[in-house]
Amino acid sequence: MIKKSSNVLLEVIDIAKEFDVSKPWLNRVIERQERQILKAVDGVSFTINRGETLSLVGESGCGKSTVARLVCGLYKPSRGSIIFDSVNMADAGADEVQQLRKRFQMIFQDPYASLNPRWRVGKIIAEPLRVHKIATSNADVKQRVDKLLTQVGLSPLDAEKFPHEFSGGQRQRISIARALSSNPEFLVCDEPTSALDVSVQAQILNLMKDLQREFGLTYLFISHNLAVVSHISTRVGVMYLGRLVEVADTKRIFANPQHPYTQMLQSAIPDLKMTGKQRTPVAGEVPNPLTPPTGCAFHPRCPHAFERCKTERPNLIDYEDGGQVACHAVEEKRINIRVAA
Amino acid sequence: MSSTPAVPLLQVKNLRIEFPTRRGNLTAVDDISFDIAAGEVLGVVGESGAGKSLTGAAVIGLLEPPGRIANGEILLAGRRIDNLPFEELRKIRGREIGAIFQDPLTSLNPLYTIGRQIIETIETHLDLTHAQARARAIELLNEVGIPAADRRIDHYPHQFSGGMRQRVVISLALAANPKLIIADEPTTALDVSIQAQIITLIKKLCREHGTAVMLVTHDMGVIAETADRVAVMYAGRIAEIGPVAEVIHSPQHPYTIGLMGAIPSVGDAHERLAQIDGSMPRLSAIPKGCAFNPRCTRVNDVPNHRCTTERPELLPAGKTKAACWLHVSAAAQTDKQAVTA
Ligand SMILES: Nc1ncnc2c1ncn2[C@@H]1O[C@H](COP(=O)(O)OP(=O)(O)OP(=O)(O)O)[C@@H](O)[C@H]1O
Ligand SMILES: Nc1ncnc2c1ncn2[C@@H]1O[C@H](COP(=O)(O)OP(=O)(O)O)[C@@H](O)[C@H]1O
Ligand code: SF4
Ligand code: SF4
Ligand SMILES: [Mg+2]
Ligand SMILES: [Mg+2]
Repeated sequence: MIKKSSNVLLEVIDIAKEFDVSKPWLNRVIERQERQILKAVDGVSFTINRGETLSLVGESGCGKSTVARLVCGLYKPSRGSIIFDSVNMADAGADEVQQLRKRFQMIFQDPYASLNPRWRVGKIIAEPLRVHKIATSNADVKQRVDKLLTQVGLSPLDAEKFPHEFSGGQRQRISIARALSSNPEFLVCDEPTSALDVSVQAQILNLMKDLQREFGLTYLFISHNLAVVSHISTRVGVMYLGRLVEVADTKRIFANPQHPYTQMLQSAIPDLKMTGKQRTPVAGEVPNPLTPPTGCAFHPRCPHAFERCKTERPNLIDYEDGGQVACHAVEEKRINIRVAA
Repeated sequence: MSSTPAVPLLQVKNLRIEFPTRRGNLTAVDDISFDIAAGEVLGVVGESGAGKSLTGAAVIGLLEPPGRIANGEILLAGRRIDNLPFEELRKIRGREIGAIFQDPLTSLNPLYTIGRQIIETIETHLDLTHAQARARAIELLNEVGIPAADRRIDHYPHQFSGGMRQRVVISLALAANPKLIIADEPTTALDVSIQAQIITLIKKLCREHGTAVMLVTHDMGVIAETADRVAVMYAGRIAEIGPVAEVIHSPQHPYTIGLMGAIPSVGDAHERLAQIDGSMPRLSAIPKGCAFNPRCTRVNDVPNHRCTTERPELLPAGKTKAACWLHVSAAAQTDKQAVTA
């Protein structure tokens, strides 16, 4: 199903992450409770080509950040493999992992919490340079830091300042400069603009696109803002309760969503153009991940659900235009395929 | 003024909010005026720090010291409320003005059932027996779309999901049938799907109860769908105010124009978003003249360096009002030239 090609930078195969959220052993015994396992991510597969942006979208708690953390090695997967540039991370030796780590970096939502408040900006940006021994002499380091600051639209003079002296958008620029300092090819961005105002968000999104064009960067982009995602991505993956339900080219997924959940999300997008389109409020809410519904996890909210949906879990199947959809109704051609306007 | 037959429900006149500090007074909200009519939704947008929340807090009398109203008047149905003693203001709050804040958890007491909290609010403000108050609480929960309200009323806040908690907060704000609701970022913490539910609810209330709403948010999509008029705030001032469709489709203030261009929308084909360079000034360094002048690309289109010397008042501009010298009539512009020449 997944085509091997040198163009693929990241390949994620059936990864899962389970968290043990049980009460302490004694409480469990007294209260006669079972061990509680939360499946935050449950069998997710995707590939990202070099120079491309894959975005993951979905409602709060669906597992987006957990996927990002798994990809970055911040969590150990409970199952599945992560293959970066043809190397399976699980099989790589410590040295090899260290070499690979240098090639990917992560940017987080809160640009303040992720910067050490007691360090000057210059030191913050230089840290990966020193850790990965990319530049060692002070002169080299300074030269590179100055260049990075300029690249993200700040001034070399800012190296002497502390994070609190900057606005939210400027702090996010500092995180980007730090992430870029080890010359990574791959950036994992978890809600990088969600804490920012639209005007600042525009500055950061433009910067990310400029850097991608200039350095051929590859992004895994996480956001719950569908407009941002439609602006930045090449392809989009929609997640629901720890699983991918649809993956497709950005243009297609918004113009012609196939999965009933994607259709629901799409019609819930606020209409800024004020065409008079009524937002269809999505009925119901994301179920408790501790007790996910059987079969297709979306079936309690799905207007197209039928018997099969309650018992059998749908897998992603290839869809005619290169996308993938996990839905029995789509597979059985029970729902009318909407045609792009 | 006194000849106008119907007084707007809320009138804010020349409101100024200051914070005394060791280095002098910081002016966070600087001489703003606006009205809201019964049944009308006024959207208030602007970057973080623009003064939106402070304005809302001043109206409900919840400005936290040392913040204080340094100038201006706030009138509810023609009656001045900004100078009332604490006890009287407390009666108005809840009874005549309801509040909805961003984080539903901080507005609910985790130790009491939601029913107890709603019933207490009803009993404080309305002359009803306990049984009547309980019946009304169930009715309110039904109205905001909590299924099985007669059972859910005895549940604790943590037993509800985020979207449901926000609906409970709304029912609490509505408990005494207030004439005005101040909603500060009521949907910001919620997913698009749930956001649509809350917006639909707010609109229904205005329609059915003639409630006036001041809706503070930085999300233009929410404003586009909900508001009748919108005020755009920048650095503690109103930059532009007018009917929502006009402000969105033909903004007149250079800041609003930039803001509208910065918003990504699904399906836009633009490679780059419009970007306003720089950031909003700090309160301690608001530039002289127009607060937007360091970031404005139109400064040179206004004669006599007026942008950097003289503060623009709201002027009629297209179908809105904008605080920008570009909109002073050509005649007035020449007059000024003649005077200074
Ligand atoms: N360390 C952890 N221990 C236990 N449960 C966790 C942990 N991290 C995440 N979870 C749970 O796993 C699920 C997925 O969480 P995740 O943070 O990936 O969601 P998300 O899609 O990023 O949501 P959001 O949009 O709110 O950031 C949630 O139910 C969450 O409560
Ligand atoms: N307690 C305070 N002390 C000093 N400044 C404050 C205080 N509260 C708010 N401000 C300042 O007032 C300005 C407006 O704040 P606010 O109304 O909260 O903005 P927003 O538009 O984001 O809601 C900001 O610059 C903020 O930093
Ligand atoms: S599999 Fe069934 S329940 Fe799931 S999305 Fe498709 S139709 Fe709906
Ligand atoms: S008054 Fe001058 S600086 Fe201010 S917005 Fe208008 S043109 Fe720009
Ligand atoms: Mg997350
Ligand atoms: Mg605020």
